[in-house]
Amino acid sequence: MSAKTADRIATGVIISVAVFIVALLASLLGFILVRGIGHISFDFLTSAPQTIKAGGGIGPQLFNSLFLLVLTLMITVPLGIGAGIYMSEYAKPGRLTDFIRLIVEVLSSFPSIVVGLFGLLVIVNLFGLGFSLFSGALALTVFNLPLMVRITEQAIRGVPREQKEASLALGLSRWKTITSVMMPIALPTIVTGTVLASGRVFGEAAALLFTAGMTSPRLDFTNWNPFSPTSPLNPFRPAETLAVHIWKINSEGLAPDAAQIAAGASAVLVIVVLLFNFTARWFGRFLYKKLTASK
Amino acid sequence: MQDKQRVVKPHLAEEWVGKIYTLLCIFFLIVTIFSMVYFVASKGIGTFLLPNVNVLDFLTGLKWAPEGSPPAFGALPFIVGSFTTSILAALIAAPLGICAAIFMTEIMPGAGRRYLQPVIELLAGIPSVVYGFIGLSVLVPFLRDVFPGQGIGIAAGSIVLSIMILPTITTIAADALAGLPNSLKEGSYALGATRWQTIYRIILPTTLPALLTGVVLGISRAFGEALAVQMVIGNAPHIPKSLFESTSTLTSVITLSMGNTVSGSPHNSALWSLAFILMAMTFVFVFIVRWLERRSKV
Amino acid sequence: MQATQELGLSAKDLSVYYGSKQAVRNISLDFEKKQVTALIGPSGCGKSTFLRSLNRMNDLISGARVTGEIWIEEDNILDPRVDVVLLRQKIGMVWQRPNPFHKSIYENIAFGPRYHGIKNKKQLDEIVESSLRKAALWEETKDRLHQSALALSGGQQQRLCIARSIAVKPQIILMDEPASALDPVSTAKIEELITELKQDYCIIIVTHNMHQAARVSDKTAFFYMGDLIEHDDTQKLFTNPSQQQTDDYISGRFG
Repeated sequence: MSAKTADRIATGVIISVAVFIVALLASLLGFILVRGIGHISFDFLTSAPQTIKAGGGIGPQLFNSLFLLVLTLMITVPLGIGAGIYMSEYAKPGRLTDFIRLIVEVLSSFPSIVVGLFGLLVIVNLFGLGFSLFSGALALTVFNLPLMVRITEQAIRGVPREQKEASLALGLSRWKTITSVMMPIALPTIVTGTVLASGRVFGEAAALLFTAGMTSPRLDFTNWNPFSPTSPLNPFRPAETLAVHIWKINSEGLAPDAAQIAAGASAVLVIVVLLFNFTARWFGRFLYKKLTASK
Repeated sequence: MQDKQRVVKPHLAEEWVGKIYTLLCIFFLIVTIFSMVYFVASKGIGTFLLPNVNVLDFLTGLKWAPEGSPPAFGALPFIVGSFTTSILAALIAAPLGICAAIFMTEIMPGAGRRYLQPVIELLAGIPSVVYGFIGLSVLVPFLRDVFPGQGIGIAAGSIVLSIMILPTITTIAADALAGLPNSLKEGSYALGATRWQTIYRIILPTTLPALLTGVVLGISRAFGEALAVQMVIGNAPHIPKSLFESTSTLTSVITLSMGNTVSGSPHNSALWSLAFILMAMTFVFVFIVRWLERRSKV
Repeated sequence: MQATQELGLSAKDLSVYYGSKQAVRNISLDFEKKQVTALIGPSGCGKSTFLRSLNRMNDLISGARVTGEIWIEEDNILDPRVDVVLLRQKIGMVWQRPNPFHKSIYENIAFGPRYHGIKNKKQLDEIVESSLRKAALWEETKDRLHQSALALSGGQQQRLCIARSIAVKPQIILMDEPASALDPVSTAKIEELITELKQDYCIIIVTHNMHQAARVSDKTAFFYMGDLIEHDDTQKLFTNPSQQQTDDYISGRFG
């Protein structure tokens, strides 16, 4: 076989693989949406699930997923940004910094099920928070924090050095320089990264099985007192999320329409994740345009 | 200078606020990881303090019957299950991912960036339960029709996992290929080599450590993935005779049983020991990745 | 040293190391108030490194170490007890490439003074106007103070950066090749501005353009390979240098 023929064959194989991957994603999404979208209705999105009858919805689960995401971001964003600022601005090169970097790497490699088990052990049992939204949010914080730290660190490192020097040369403190000059420039990158990370948090289930729990109490959506046990806003109630729900009905669903519910719920989950993805992409492009247009 | 030092300096207080705030955040991170290691390890070691269990039996025993009498704690089937599914997944995903990376950097960079890159990112974004659901409703019936057996098992598990780790391998491979200096390729083309000759004689050998880094990260992710695997692997606690027979992994047995055991019971502590193995493997993977990264820098 | 002139800043035995490499060697140099001193020399001669030591900007570079003394009035600013934040208020700085903040024109100027305690809107307005006037930018920008500074041309951005640094009322202004990224017209404006500003400030300018040094400065210091070769009145240095190396450099035989 001549070198030219080998080159042609190899190029053909590589292009086919690329086409195959695109087709794979298309068929995965196609399958989920075709199978699921027929089942999505206003009623499906808002009503409570049924254990043994057909016709259950995913209302509470959808609400739980969104609420849990908000709670998680409320904890992760300040912590992640703080730690990311430390890593990019305060950490001096040396053993301690290398060690912290190793820790962040290890933490980001821990399987989410192990994070969930840690949550069960420490947050649920030791702190006595029980199976609750708050426990789930803390577990997801552990799961999401390393990513947040990396996003912030890279975004701040991306700020041109002249900007930082200009502010320091005016006699501004380092902290003021970070918050008033560097953060505004880094913010678009941080926001884009956070939105992408939110998609990951939204679809996570393994870390939640033993922290937010696999059940949801009867919620009274007219009761907005966060301290009442039936209020959707109560952070100390158990909360099965959409992703956990999909897993549960697939492994132990008793309702006769479990397969359709799983398909519908998967479609909703995928649509939300796609929305996060496209928002991040659009936002990134929008800011890029805005920043380059004014230059 | 003296009189200036007597003046109250608000900016110094501000510096302290910033320093302490960011330090606290880092401190939280460090405390979290240390307590994770400590708590999971102390729970996991508990099993080995039981009268009739020792580490060697646990790691090599074939029989898992924690509720039986006498109870048996042989974790080998799960360890074998985890390793075979994740390594098989990497064997499927690595060629695909590396081809995709070559496509994006060498063959058609324009189309790669415009179409393949977002596709890879979306594949990474699909939640694992959705992969499990698709595996269960499409892949398992398909395997059942084509091959002997139930369709569930290592084959189903590793195929699902291979799609999930494809983005990891592709992204890292693409970064490595894009980082190669152009002069390296131009030298090869100048000698009259074809593109493919350049790729497999120059580009792939030079980037090998980085490509392996991606593969190991993929294996690490597959090793720790719980729900998608648990949904398609069948969950029988023994070593299968074929790829199409029900079996279990470390994560699947933990996912399935942890909620049904009482804290402190031998069964429960045995599950924590499995979690401890998972955690220890994470460290092993991180160190392999670090070692490879050092190699690829040279 | 003429007794009539006041000293703005004085470096004694200043050395800068990057790791084990010595980039600036035991330089002692005095800068007078109301004068422009130009630092010239081939690239890599240590002139920019020297300049960046004067407001401790080298603190930001890991591995950089500065020894010696730098005196402003009664303070040795290299003393670790010195508060760099207060120090840097007294020393303005302008960079090679214009680096306005990603904020409005108004905010670029008001940012520093507001941080240093001026909260009064009217007072800030006055500072913005007078700073822009001093930087010869007021007429061009007075109608669009609240637009993004990034929309200005390169030369305007550089004058904005000068305005920004004089808004915090420094005594000394450091300029690191302030016109090298600009077109000839903008360069001429910046040079004119430097001549204006020396009425009030001690200006130290690094430049690789010898004509520029000859046009704007009163004193010139010639750096070569981290050493100070010659420091004299600009006119004398350019017409009748006392060192052979200086002569070679200004007549274009190397560099």
